[in-house]
Amino acid sequence: MSDVRLQSVRKVYPGGVEAVKGVSLEIADGQFCVLVGPSGCGKSTLLRMVAGLETISGGTCSIGDREVNEVEPADRDIAMVFQNYALYPHMSVYDNMAYGLRNRGTPKDEIDRRVREAARILEVEPFLERKPRALSGGQRQRVAMGRAIVRKPKVFLFDEPLSNLDAKLRIQMRVEIKKLQRALATTSIYVTHDQLEAMTLADQLVVMNKGQVEQAGAPITLYERPMTVFVAGFIGAPPMNLLDLPATGLPGLSLASPVSGSVTLGVRPEHLELSAESGALAIDLTVTAVEAVGAESYIYGALGGQGPEIIVRIPGRDLPAIGTSLRAIARSENLHFFSRETGIRLN
Amino acid sequence: MVQRRRLFDFLPHLILMIGVAIVAFPVYVAFIASTWDAATISNGTMPLRPGPHFAENYYRTIFVGTSSTTREPVGTMMLNSLIMALTIAIGKIAISLISAFAVVYFRFPFRMTAFWIIFVTLMLPVEVRIFPTYKIVADLNLLDTFAGLTIPLIASATATLLFRQFFMTVPDELVEASKIDGAGPMKFFVDTLLPLSITSVAAMFVIQFIYGWNQYLWPLLITTKDNMQTIVIAIKKMIVTQDALTEWQLAMATAILAMLPPVFVVVVMQRLFVKGLVETEK
Repeated sequence: MSDVRLQSVRKVYPGGVEAVKGVSLEIADGQFCVLVGPSGCGKSTLLRMVAGLETISGGTCSIGDREVNEVEPADRDIAMVFQNYALYPHMSVYDNMAYGLRNRGTPKDEIDRRVREAARILEVEPFLERKPRALSGGQRQRVAMGRAIVRKPKVFLFDEPLSNLDAKLRIQMRVEIKKLQRALATTSIYVTHDQLEAMTLADQLVVMNKGQVEQAGAPITLYERPMTVFVAGFIGAPPMNLLDLPATGLPGLSLASPVSGSVTLGVRPEHLELSAESGALAIDLTVTAVEAVGAESYIYGALGGQGPEIIVRIPGRDLPAIGTSLRAIARSENLHFFSRETGIRLN
Repeated sequence: MVQRRRLFDFLPHLILMIGVAIVAFPVYVAFIASTWDAATISNGTMPLRPGPHFAENYYRTIFVGTSSTTREPVGTMMLNSLIMALTIAIGKIAISLISAFAVVYFRFPFRMTAFWIIFVTLMLPVEVRIFPTYKIVADLNLLDTFAGLTIPLIASATATLLFRQFFMTVPDELVEASKIDGAGPMKFFVDTLLPLSITSVAAMFVIQFIYGWNQYLWPLLITTKDNMQTIVIAIKKMIVTQDALTEWQLAMATAILAMLPPVFVVVVMQRLFVKGLVETEK
């Protein structure tokens, strides 16, 4: 068993700054957990605490059945992939991968077997004798992953591993990481600020904000039923339209079943459709900008002529002219209501 | 275009050649003087071509010594100088590497205080603290020993600072990767930090070897026995002779010999230095 359990884990820096404010998480054996959130939300700190690179100020962290708060990183049976790869520049690719095993006194032929196997899986066999500087970014990333998998650790930790790659390579490596993790069935924790990466990789998606977990669950659950305004705005691209509804209502917006109190209404751009009919929600907007991205297009409009901006996603490239008035409707199951005071989901 | 380019290529080369000539000419004269006999040099008619006494002069310089002043052959002094320069250079590098490692990678009480104390010693070279240092060395009975000659010169802030600056450019992730790979602090130092520092070590070795080789004041104070003298002192002693003819051909031979090891070090280390600069990537 190599599940990871965090119980109200806290990190307080010497200056008194609380980077992580009591996070509890359970990551099951073999699960791919993605921590996502804006810069400074504490996701990297949390990962580094699991790695043992940061001390834990409060709470407990266990890997398998063992509490590891006071265990050295080398003895936690984890492997980490860093954003800038952190390969040893003076060692060959082979030595980079073998270093951790040598330090643990693994027999030579066993090291050789494991390194060659990892190199075969990651397709870096031709470069084994090269130094890291003679490799491209993608190849370096593969070597960094090779260094992690040769150890056969209980947990993989990824700290924004794809951020230094270009867009095309990033998508390719994303798919490979997922495949690799499936094949090895190793518990993984992956930190990213890219919500698309998070959605596609995660078995369990954890959205963090200001040192706390906003919501954790299957990616599709977070997409369909965000429990807070923050998660609603963070997951999805383009972002969900969030409208603060005063008790008096907004001009240009009509709800089939009115709500009481001050609430925030959320509706995703892809759930709005242009139609003259009426729906659970109907909004009138004046087009201010349009974007065609190929298979689909985004219409930016001002609610009721001069209100807040609304984004509507439509298929195809049949774009309205700027300045035209349109009506967009949404079905009731696609409407999200949040408390304006607490940001917590109401429906 | 081609014409103009050649002119622009030629001009800097001409200037450089003139510069080299100005620097190299006295060295050439010294070498020439070391191949004539004393009489030819002192009567002012020494030609600017090598003379017939090359082998004889250098043999005398290295194995016999001058007739009056220093008595010891220059061979011994070169060995003394070499031991001193090597000990100083290697000692400084070894101590500085370790102290910079401590200051950069370990959190201990008064870490910054320790760093600033090291830093302040930059303002206190041997020349400034010469009396107390001499007193200590004398009290420890280290006069006329290699320990007395080198240890006070090993303490140095320059190399510590240089290595500290270099260590600070090494990404933290390398330390963290080492930790996860099961390498303790000393293993990280030996396996990762030292190989990455080769360039800086080479640069430091060149600087400190020449610094050690050129020491004059300190060896002058510490050494009294002839067999402990260094070559730099020997040159000085050879040309100041009260009532005898200065044996210029031997002084010049000594000067040429004194020049060779530093030149050798620069030439050899420069290759490593450049190689390291081109290949190392952090």
